[in-house]
Amino acid sequence: MTLYEIKELLDAEVIIGENQLDMDVKTAFVADLMSDVLAFATAGSLLITGLTNPQVVRTADVLDIAAIIMGRGKRPSQETFQLAEELNIPLLTTKYILFEIAGRLYSKNIRGCIEKVGSK
Amino acid sequence: MDEKPLYDGSFSVVGGNFDNAGEVSSSIKTILKKIGLPSDIIRKAALVAYESEINIVSYARKGMIRLRVSPECIMIEAIDEGQGIPDIDLAMQPGWSTANQKIREMGFGAGMGLCNIKSFSDIFNISSEVGKGTHLKMIIKTNSNSLQ
Repeated sequence: MTLYEIKELLDAEVIIGENQLDMDVKTAFVADLMSDVLAFATAGSLLITGLTNPQVVRTADVLDIAAIIMGRGKRPSQETFQLAEELNIPLLTTKYILFEIAGRLYSKNIRGCIEKVGSK
Repeated sequence: MDEKPLYDGSFSVVGGNFDNAGEVSSSIKTILKKIGLPSDIIRKAALVAYESEINIVSYARKGMIRLRVSPECIMIEAIDEGQGIPDIDLAMQPGWSTANQKIREMGFGAGMGLCNIKSFSDIFNISSEVGKGTHLKMIIKTNSNSLQ
């Protein structure tokens, strides 16, 4: 699924990365706990979160995350916006809650980057 | 590690400076990319550096992260001046944490940091002295046999 299709599906606003919407994504990870993202998320996945601080972008950068989706209508802080711009990491925001984001993506064949812990 | 390293340098980290936490790890990632290491190795090293950096920012007065790259491995050391860890076995347990609210708001402090560092390193050493500080030393092998 392309980032453009994901944007349409989630009625999302693209905050950073308008020029990267043709990127193809197959997997995702949902968490508000960055330590768990670091432990389990895989390169090229979407990071779906309700956190908005710059550490979300740092974590995405460290892991080569494809794009960040902020749910529940959360928007990045100014520092977060600047860092995402600097590191060129696509950042989208949507009013859907995280459960809805995950469900909608799953119905379009996006899968968890791991299914269960201990299975990597 | 006896031959001339591909890179050897240190970065200082200021305790309590959450706004810039992760800058050192981003620099380390850039350096490793320039050296031309495989992306999964870079990812492991960046993750280990980042969790170490978050630990220094969260718990120490100040510290430094040293990066040394040889043809065989990446060595990352995180040395801080801070409160130290009274019980290392306890600190290594997943979920055990002394984090304050500020750390938790950043998405950290869930007691996963040291576990993550250990699980993404090929060799992990930790020593600590209460009231003085903590020293982490991690080695990530860069040869293809260490690929997951």
